[in-house]
Amino acid sequence: MNQTLTLEKYEKGTSLWVDAWVRLKKNHLAIAGMFFLVLLALLCLFAPWLTPYSYEEQNIALGASGPSWQHWLGTDTFGRDLLTRILYGGRVSLAVGLVATAVSLVIGVTYGAIAGYVGGRVDAVMMRFVDIVYALPFMIFVVLLMVVFGRNLILLFLAIGAVEWLTMARIVRGQVQTLRQQEFVEAAIAMGLSNWTIIRKHLIPNSLGPVIVYTTLTIPSVMLFEAFLSFLGLGIQPPQSSWGVLISYGVETMEEYPWLLIFPGLVLSMTLFALNFLGDGLRDALDVRSSKD
Amino acid sequence: MLRFIVGRLLQAIPVLFAVVTITFFLVRAAPGGPFDDEKAVVPEVRAALEAQYQLDQPLHRQYFSYLHDLLRGDLGPSFKYPGRSVNEIIAAGFPVTAELGIYAMIVALFIGGTAGVVAALKPNTLQDYIPMSAAMIGICMPAFLLGPLLLLIFGVQLEWLPVSGWGQLPGDKILPSLTLGAAYAAYIARLSRGGMLDVMSQDFIRTARAKGLPEHIVVLRHGLRAGFIPVIAFLGPAFAGILSGSFVIETVFQIHGLGRFFVQAAFNRDYTLILGCTLFLSVLIILFNLLSDIVAAWMNPRLRSQLGGGRRK
Repeated sequence: MNQTLTLEKYEKGTSLWVDAWVRLKKNHLAIAGMFFLVLLALLCLFAPWLTPYSYEEQNIALGASGPSWQHWLGTDTFGRDLLTRILYGGRVSLAVGLVATAVSLVIGVTYGAIAGYVGGRVDAVMMRFVDIVYALPFMIFVVLLMVVFGRNLILLFLAIGAVEWLTMARIVRGQVQTLRQQEFVEAAIAMGLSNWTIIRKHLIPNSLGPVIVYTTLTIPSVMLFEAFLSFLGLGIQPPQSSWGVLISYGVETMEEYPWLLIFPGLVLSMTLFALNFLGDGLRDALDVRSSKD
Repeated sequence: MLRFIVGRLLQAIPVLFAVVTITFFLVRAAPGGPFDDEKAVVPEVRAALEAQYQLDQPLHRQYFSYLHDLLRGDLGPSFKYPGRSVNEIIAAGFPVTAELGIYAMIVALFIGGTAGVVAALKPNTLQDYIPMSAAMIGICMPAFLLGPLLLLIFGVQLEWLPVSGWGQLPGDKILPSLTLGAAYAAYIARLSRGGMLDVMSQDFIRTARAKGLPEHIVVLRHGLRAGFIPVIAFLGPAFAGILSGSFVIETVFQIHGLGRFFVQAAFNRDYTLILGCTLFLSVLIILFNLLSDIVAAWMNPRLRSQLGGGRRK
């Protein structure tokens, strides 16, 4: 078989990824969600250059004012521009979402891949451990952890990541178990590749579909969790803010200044909406089995 | 079936042991103690207080004495509510949380189940899109946002319902139950829609229709029973979530339930109360997970025979 033939074949066939992209493009809600997220991320990232206001500079004389031309979404009781604070808060909320998800991704994928690949007694012990940890009331532990060790941002990432890796480990293990019985893995073993190379080059890339889908659905649940902790007063510390902090603050003053609750709430909800739509769209696009309904 | 239940209960023992041990050492590893805030406390009084609660003894002695009391069902005295035992506090807070949880569950099952079934009957029509979009709102609006918004609209602006409390004013239970149930209603709607879609295309449904049964009997008696299995399996985790979620609801609506006691205990470093609440909630969560597995098995004849000893026809 010569080189050009294989290349031609490769170009003509549609790979899983091209196929998925075509299917995803047909899902308008998912695409709209994606655009919204990219736009929001850019706005938050470039917030210091986009807004003339500082997120911590107070203007007591102005106080809380409703939406106006100077302050599109109004100001809080300290006279700080709400739009600016939402954008800066978004940096924290999005960062928590991404980093904590990445932590859970690394732990979950490694753990699941090893359990699924090694199999046998090691697998049984490892998954038994996951079952036991699953039964622990984690929400309670994270609340406890934050109270006990102070409101540390790194601890927050680790704590949330440590909670979310379990399901990922289960998904990856299931995938790897199915994959390792297939011929191309047998071929790789016959070729004398090391276990680690097989896991890295063959098993992980081939189980990426479900992992991507689950990751997109983990980000909103992580962001929700951060907002929940911040709401209880256990998350980010002032003058820094996150959407959870802004909502919590908005709740305190909602009777006099309802916009302080409504706008941050709206931004959080819309982001969660977008992430969920994108996640659903990706699942339909990547996972052929569940796309029937 | 009995073997399955006993096995699961035996598995719960190491989990609970781990919960007690981790929590015990976690709260004590923290900087600060339960009597740090009281600045007026004279050193002698403080020493007396610590002696009374055995805080002056070595850590391992405290741990074993706690375990010893625990085996007799005694969760110890609370540090911050003098004269009250943790058992009493839990006994006072739990009925409130349980009632809130049950109402929220009813809201979730009734609204979510109806929406899911209605949507599944005519997939990809407006009858499907409208309830399912409404369900997305439940998922994307966390309780700590939905609760205050509902309060703002129905409590403050329209003045239809009271803004706080539990069982003191007529109608004050409506908003907390609705808020707590909303997110789970949304998940249940999606699960029951998926389950019903799967079931309604199966042979036994066609048989039921061919027998000439009216459509509502086909859906309610034949369809629901199989289509609700995913929902039943979700009820255990849902109940766990509702229990943890009640922290927020109890804070927003100022309800004196278990969740509020737990959060306050955590802030106050009330060691025994934290441990007691954590352990109690863990037991509940494990029990409900077991219960939902049993019910799911009982509703699915194939699984029932797998568990062994089940009734066979």
